[in-house]
Amino acid sequence: MIPLPNLDVIAFLVLATFAVLCGLSVILQKHAVASALSLVGVMGALAVLYLMLGAEFLAAVQMIVYAGAIMVLFVFVIMLLNAGSEQKSNRPRYFAYFAGIPALLVFLGLIANFILRELPNSASVQFGAFTQGGPAPVGRLLFTKYLLPFEVTSLLVLIAIIGAMVLAKKEID
Amino acid sequence: MNSLFPTPADFLRVLPVLILTLFGTLLMLLEPLTGDGKGEKPQLRWLAILGLALAMAGAVIAYGDPGPAFNGMLLVDGFGTFFTVLVAGTGLLTVFCAQDYLVRERQENGEFYALLLFSIAGQCIMATANELIILFVGLEISSISSYILAGFLRDDKRSSESALKYFLLGSFATCFLLYGVAWIYGLTGSTNLSVIHYTLGAAPVNPRLLALSVALMFVGFAFKVSAAPFQIWAPDVYQGAPSPVSAFLSAAPKATAFAIFLRVFMTAFGSVADQWQPLFWTSALATMVVGNFAALRQNNIKRLLAYSSIAHAGYVMVAVTSHSTVGTAAAMFYLASYAFVNVGAFAVVSYVAAKGEKHLSIDDFAGLAERQPLAALVMTIFFTSLIGVPLTAGFFGKFYIFKAALDAGMVWLTVLGLLNSAVAAYYYLRVIVVMYTHEPSQAVNDLEPASSGLQIGWVTAATATVVLGVLPSALLEFASRAALLR
Repeated sequence: MIPLPNLDVIAFLVLATFAVLCGLSVILQKHAVASALSLVGVMGALAVLYLMLGAEFLAAVQMIVYAGAIMVLFVFVIMLLNAGSEQKSNRPRYFAYFAGIPALLVFLGLIANFILRELPNSASVQFGAFTQGGPAPVGRLLFTKYLLPFEVTSLLVLIAIIGAMVLAKKEID
Repeated sequence: MNSLFPTPADFLRVLPVLILTLFGTLLMLLEPLTGDGKGEKPQLRWLAILGLALAMAGAVIAYGDPGPAFNGMLLVDGFGTFFTVLVAGTGLLTVFCAQDYLVRERQENGEFYALLLFSIAGQCIMATANELIILFVGLEISSISSYILAGFLRDDKRSSESALKYFLLGSFATCFLLYGVAWIYGLTGSTNLSVIHYTLGAAPVNPRLLALSVALMFVGFAFKVSAAPFQIWAPDVYQGAPSPVSAFLSAAPKATAFAIFLRVFMTAFGSVADQWQPLFWTSALATMVVGNFAALRQNNIKRLLAYSSIAHAGYVMVAVTSHSTVGTAAAMFYLASYAFVNVGAFAVVSYVAAKGEKHLSIDDFAGLAERQPLAALVMTIFFTSLIGVPLTAGFFGKFYIFKAALDAGMVWLTVLGLLNSAVAAYYYLRVIVVMYTHEPSQAVNDLEPASSGLQIGWVTAATATVVLGVLPSALLEFASRAALLR
């Protein structure tokens, strides 16, 4: 009798496949709202993966901030802009068919080759072995070891706000 | 535990970043209170100049007490200080050269200067970063402000196109970098460059996975320095962006992208150099060839300078490939001389292009020497330096790079690189010939005299080019001492 794989391995495979399929759907959907909803799927699957790895704080933040707040804003903007389905161009995409897709396949093949060769002799992740993913350890790291990146990220957010203002403001003349 | 909290020494070592952030914020706060109603905001201009000058001073002060800061996130050393001073200086020149353009397009406002300062703050972080996470944050700060600056003329289609292309391709390239960082963390258990260096040197890690992660990070960095085959964005972005912004983009972010490129591949991946050198060799050659041969066919001066900047990225890649202290010093010297030349050349371009950047073809430069001899003279100095004629900074830059390549035994790359610079002479000389021998064009006849700010900008750049070409030893000595990366 073939031994059944571990339950968390099954859960991982299901979630990972779901995340990749949703990711493909984000870029392949013709309608912006459908893309946004696929992105929710990616983020939800990632949140559960984080949870399985023991990063429970990250999982909660992923759900609340990304899948919640940011996606709601995305959908709001799409609705406000009245974005319908994308205009299809009639230009034949020779470049994509003859160069882009083969190159992509070669790239994916190379990565798959790497991973399949290395899979048998590499250490595997022990689900549940990592327990430092709660708010307290994460917070301690953010305010000690990673203080500088954490603070400097605020500069990044400030730039994003200025940028939105520069690109969206009305001409006052 | 206590040692994890920042000490005054930590803050001193990030002094340039603190100053730039402070002045950037101040510019935003004072923006609504300034202006003379004619679209000029000289107060903000001078505030930006003050901030950048203080940041340069701050970098020198920080270098008085070199060492790691914030738990090894940053490493203030000669190498980092060199690039910090360089980008702040480039920013200073950009402010002088942008003044005419901004007033003409009625776009002189606090946002431009604030974004410029924030971008430079990000580059200062990149220059001293010794850890992949802070390196990424610095890179993003620099990149995102660059995307916005490229699209600063919101109502200009060319500018918006430039910003959108830059943003989409830039974000895509950043994903590769991040994916590579994730693999490296998985392999070595650290994101600190010194620790990665130690781990890779001490115990053999899986060579295939290491190659994969190094290749992914190479893609991310090669995009930022516009090395082939990831150069495709550069001509469109530099052509569409406002000229002063193109000047800045081709000088400061590129110099710091090379700084992190050098630091990561010299320290963290230094022990596996024999594996990545062939990759760099190919990329360096392809970059030189693509840049120079595409530039031969350009009629738009901004596109020509964009392809020329790709070609020059190729020369610096030669220095990176040589993987030696001499090569690093040569790359540092080259990037410094190139920054002055390019900001100056784009300043002349933005001057001749006039309102709305209408006159951008090479024929529009016809007879510039007759009507505006100073502009033509400085442009000639910049272009001779780009060719690499002796007595200009470009000559010594190329000389040291090819010397480093020969020292490393890369004879073929040196020969092909020299052939490339001979090809390049053609398209630079073409512009000089048009400026000096042809009858003045309509565009040149209509030119108003340049403002004092613009003149300060290009005369400073030209002087620096000549001084570095006559007395390169002081800068080169500092670079050689600073190039010992650990």
